[in-house]
Amino acid sequence: MTTTALNTNNSDNPYLPFLSEIIDVIKHTEIEYTFKMTYSGAVKPGQFFEVSLPKFGEAPISVSGIGDGTVDLTIRKVGKVTDEIFENYIGDTLFLRGPYGNGFDIANYKGKEIILVAGGTGLSPVKGIVDYFSAHPDDCKSFTLLVGFKSPNDVLFKKDFEEWEKNLNVIMTVDTPVDGYCGKCGLVTQYIPDIPIKNSDQAVGIVVGPPMMMKCTITELFNVGFKEANIWISQERKMCCGIGKCGHCKIDDTYICLDGPVFNYTKGKFLKD
Amino acid sequence: MGYHTTPEKMNAIFSDLSKDYLIYAPKRFVGDGTFTDIDTIRYGEITDLAEIEFAEKSDYSFKEVLLPISETLFYFTENEMKEADPPKKGAIVFLRSCDLHGLKRMDTIYLENGAVDTYYKRLRDQTKFILIGCENSFDNCFCVSMGTQKSDDYDAYIKVDGQTVLVDSHWDVLDTALAGQAPAPVTPDSVTANDTVVTIPETVPQTLFDAPFWEDYGNRCIACGRCNFVCPTCTCFTMQDIFYTDNGKAGERRRVWASCHVDGYTDMAGGHAFRNDKGQRMRFKVMHKVNDYKRRFGSHMCIGCGRCDDVCPEYISFANCINKLNDLVNDTVKEEN
Ligand SMILES: Cc1cc2nc3c(=O)[nH]c(=O)nc-3n(C[C@H](O)[C@H](O)[C@H](O)COP(=O)(O)OP(=O)(O)OC[C@H]3O[C@@H](n4cnc5c(N)ncnc54)[C@H](O)[C@@H]3O)c2cc1C
Ligand code: SF4
Ligand code: SF4
Ligand code: FES
Repeated sequence: MTTTALNTNNSDNPYLPFLSEIIDVIKHTEIEYTFKMTYSGAVKPGQFFEVSLPKFGEAPISVSGIGDGTVDLTIRKVGKVTDEIFENYIGDTLFLRGPYGNGFDIANYKGKEIILVAGGTGLSPVKGIVDYFSAHPDDCKSFTLLVGFKSPNDVLFKKDFEEWEKNLNVIMTVDTPVDGYCGKCGLVTQYIPDIPIKNSDQAVGIVVGPPMMMKCTITELFNVGFKEANIWISQERKMCCGIGKCGHCKIDDTYICLDGPVFNYTKGKFLKD
Repeated sequence: MGYHTTPEKMNAIFSDLSKDYLIYAPKRFVGDGTFTDIDTIRYGEITDLAEIEFAEKSDYSFKEVLLPISETLFYFTENEMKEADPPKKGAIVFLRSCDLHGLKRMDTIYLENGAVDTYYKRLRDQTKFILIGCENSFDNCFCVSMGTQKSDDYDAYIKVDGQTVLVDSHWDVLDTALAGQAPAPVTPDSVTANDTVVTIPETVPQTLFDAPFWEDYGNRCIACGRCNFVCPTCTCFTMQDIFYTDNGKAGERRRVWASCHVDGYTDMAGGHAFRNDKGQRMRFKVMHKVNDYKRRFGSHMCIGCGRCDDVCPEYISFANCINKLNDLVNDTVKEEN
């Protein structure tokens, strides 16, 4: 990893990014790529980096995979910064700062029956959890991954799904099918009642996606007997700093960038913008 | 230590100090206000005590000394970022007691909430604070309700009384400079009551966040953000990258003041925004100033300077809003019992 901390820079400066090299680019869709970046340091699923492009600005991006000396950033191209990130290729470098936020703590889920429900790019921040239990299936009682995408053309992490299907109960569904698609259709919520769970009052639910999807999914989990305290969510808000200063991510006395983005539902349900 | 000295002596001391410090104080800018026949009082550099507006409240607070409206963080080329240099000189800031309490709120955000902010700290460490007394309360002040009418956490207190300058110094550099001047006990002027009194509800039930009460603000507020910009305890910013030429690689990253009343504050990719309704923005600000901040940090964020009420073009009163909210909370609690 190369850094250009010039001698005159104060290394304690929390706004100072470091250079990280792109070592692989995985194209999921036209507008969604995973960039595998060099990074060595502690990092958890659900934490995020600020990707910092001189001239264009910064964008918070979740860690979608953790490797040996690498982190994956799965980025959807939607605007100034993210468009520019897509102009980069293997061997190029990006400025990063972070990781920020609390992230998911795998220890909270070990030994449990787990249902993880993700909508679209919401899969990124929880993908590290899926990877972990796919590699260590004996660390939990059961693991169901329930993911919804808009259409078959929007499916992310196709290669990973092949791997996950070996050890986990995987349900993938799309809102709108296209010709030739023969998988499941409809909203994620309709599949929840059929997921086999022995003790729903002990089981863990992890839910990440667009606000409406999260709300409906959580209601459905309650319907099948899940307890509030066993449900975990991740929140997305506008963020300019990632370190509790700029104020944009604040909800009541909570700073999403510092105290979140991951919340237990007993706390998360009170967050009202 | 307290002293009586003369304006000439004090100005000579400031002249010496100006080798190491820029001196900021509230100044009157003639015909600079909302209408050309209205003056504004805001912070500027001074070299003489006579330039300071002691008689009236400043429209803007001192915060821009520590948190410039637009502050360069880095200069960059494509592959290099260089931290912007700090100012060569420190700063001396004249301010009133409420604002000095406001400084504590800024410290909490910039030094304690998450990582220490390098840019704030390097300015803060080089800044001395000189208290201006308040002989009487001004329009819309409610410092007594907020408990900010007094402060002894200053580097010096200075009062100009005709040809006498009263100084209470907590700063060794000033003590040395004033050695030989007549020692005298000096106690800062402070008020004991304001016309405006607010009662803050201890807790506001979340069910009241959507109360029709906020709609009035939604209809009146024009989202200009002035209430945030004049507030000594509003500390939010947005990052902004600029470049010098269209095709060049060189530019700078800045942070600029942001306002939770102004459109765009919560915008996310995909066009999603929270609190589109301006009444909800008022609710968000009010809750932050007199509820959320206290739950997190132990004291209210608002210091009762009343500047937001002074500046609002729609005559929205923050102080009234708190009192009305308090009534609403009491009514709601009564109904429930
Ligand atoms: C904690 C956290 C984690 C995140 N993780 C990820 C992640 O893993 N992957 C990821 O891709 N993103 C992630 N995001 C979102 C990502 O940060 C934003 O998409 C990104 O900041 C957009 O920056 P930009 O400069 O490219 O867009 P900007 O140019 O800033 O564009 C954003 C603004 O432009 C408008 N806009 C942009 N695109 C559209 C559009 N398609 N339709 C309508 N209006 C639009 C909106 O008003 C929006 O406010 C995360 C955000 C947070 C807070
Ligand atoms: S909210 Fe209004 S009264 Fe309170 S500190 Fe800010 S400007 Fe002053
Ligand atoms: S100054 Fe008044 S009109 Fe302007 S944003 Fe504040 S409350 Fe709204
Ligand atoms: S992102 Fe700036 S305070 Fe949270």
